[in-house]
Amino acid sequence: MPESEVGASSPALAPAALERLRALRSRYPVARSAVLPALWVVQDELGYLPPWAEEVVAEQLGLLPGDVAAVASFYSMYFNHQPGRHFVQVCQNVSCALRGADDLLAGLREWLQVDEEGASPDGAFTLEGTVECLGACGGGPMMQVDRYSHEDLSLDSARQILERVRDGAGGGAGA
Amino acid sequence: MARGAEPVPDGLVLTRHQGAPGLTTLDGYRKVGGYQGLARALEMGSEAIVAEVKASGLRGRGGAAFPTGTKWGFLPQGVFPRYLAVNADESEPGCFKDRVLIEEYPHQLLEGVLIAAFALQASHAFIYIRGEYRKQRELLEEVVREAYRAKLVGKRILGSDFGCEVVVHGGAGAYICGEETALLDSLEGRRGQPRLKPPFPAVKGLYGQPTVVNNVETLSNLPYIVTEGGAAYAALGTEASPGTRLFCVSGHVERPGTFEVPMGRTTFRDLLELAGGVWRGRRFKAMQPGGGSMQVLGPQHLDVPLDFKAVAEAGSSLGAGALVVMDETTCMVDVSRRLVDFYRHESCGKCVPCREGTYFESQLMHRLEEGRASAGELATLADICAGMDGRCFCPLGDTATWFVMSAYRMFKDEFDAHVGAGRCPVRARLGVAA
Repeated sequence: MPESEVGASSPALAPAALERLRALRSRYPVARSAVLPALWVVQDELGYLPPWAEEVVAEQLGLLPGDVAAVASFYSMYFNHQPGRHFVQVCQNVSCALRGADDLLAGLREWLQVDEEGASPDGAFTLEGTVECLGACGGGPMMQVDRYSHEDLSLDSARQILERVRDGAGGGAGA
Repeated sequence: MARGAEPVPDGLVLTRHQGAPGLTTLDGYRKVGGYQGLARALEMGSEAIVAEVKASGLRGRGGAAFPTGTKWGFLPQGVFPRYLAVNADESEPGCFKDRVLIEEYPHQLLEGVLIAAFALQASHAFIYIRGEYRKQRELLEEVVREAYRAKLVGKRILGSDFGCEVVVHGGAGAYICGEETALLDSLEGRRGQPRLKPPFPAVKGLYGQPTVVNNVETLSNLPYIVTEGGAAYAALGTEASPGTRLFCVSGHVERPGTFEVPMGRTTFRDLLELAGGVWRGRRFKAMQPGGGSMQVLGPQHLDVPLDFKAVAEAGSSLGAGALVVMDETTCMVDVSRRLVDFYRHESCGKCVPCREGTYFESQLMHRLEEGRASAGELATLADICAGMDGRCFCPLGDTATWFVMSAYRMFKDEFDAHVGAGRCPVRARLGVAA
């Protein structure tokens, strides 16, 4: 989605998402605890966290917009800009690196022709190689595509998975 | 592999129901005796449970190995509400056991959570699961919903006077949130940065109330301890290292995976053999016994038992129970550089020694790995690390020095050979492109 389309008309969350935000408040003894889950609701809906949506979260939880922005900026999984339709992380930590993660990442970068931000030209993928250990060390090298882990990868098998995801098959969050 | 109707294998606790059908559903878990531990716990009462946990010798499985029963005992008398926070923020490099326990035995975890919550008289239990474990978070949410419907969670659990709400709470990408006070700040809806201790969470934790933070594996042991008794659990291991542990083995082995083994009576060599030995017929070079934070050990340590004291005497720690194996082709400077980069990325920025120290470490290790560092630069490594270890606000900064310094001591020739070499000499020797 081009940036210019976002916020062109008065932006708002879908009613169902807003309802989910309201429901979150009562799950916690203190409403502020709902900030992270609320940001997840918004990001699941929009694909990222535009400032206006952080303001909606702040209003719902009785916080200042700056409080919410300060929290969101701390956590690496919240996006402040629209990523590709699918988010791909290739673990580069020790266990995966010992089994070939460097070659996998380099191969995928070349194949997807990603830019410095990790975005592929067709907008299908954002590829990231700076990520915490993804906790699938027994299946290295591995990548996570949206919410799905794929383990014991070769460059070929990783390409096949990403081709399927790009064509709309399972393995993606469909954000 | 054991099926539900068959007797469970001797000597296993966490994985004793492995292979039973439908274990991730309430029905499936009940068929193997699930939630009988909770029913028993409700009859025993709080004090008796704490006594069993103390007798079991169970120590925290998140990395710090603090005795669980003792931690519970720190809660001040008569102060309510109290909270239980479940640390499912597993992020230690090389560690993936909590993921396995959640994916394969989620009801066992929930039963452990409820037993602990009852023993502590906690009104709420929050399961803080790392953001990357999204699918696992959704599985836990479904498991908790199922348990609510069955009156295992919520008000008047199993018809008793005890009630507890369970909330599954997703993080959003921050290694530091595995540190218990950072986890609590994150759970309160703040940036996940550690708090000054004391006061410890047991006294002032979530929302300033008494709080216990326990790891997924720690809690998953409780159904067994309550039904079979603390002494039976302890007897599976040795006196100094009681019980079993789910070890992760990864890196240069034939069959990486998780293996539940008795503590104290198993050696690193046994674990390595369970994982099929060093891969491709190569020779063993080094290992990290407890995940990315822990000091490197060499071939001379393979016969050390998985015992807290023995591993400490060897100069390292069992940490989060993650064995990372490296074969003879591994460049120790490259592994060090990778771990240093990890800590630099994950430093929360709260204190200067960690924030700046990891930056300096990273700059230096990149230059060294590329063969561009001078001998003088390499000599500053020890200074940088001395300025960090023991001087950071929380253990993240301390542990950012442990692997690299231990590797420098054990493989000094390899580090020195990188000085001014123009490229990585280990890769050069192997004929790998720079």
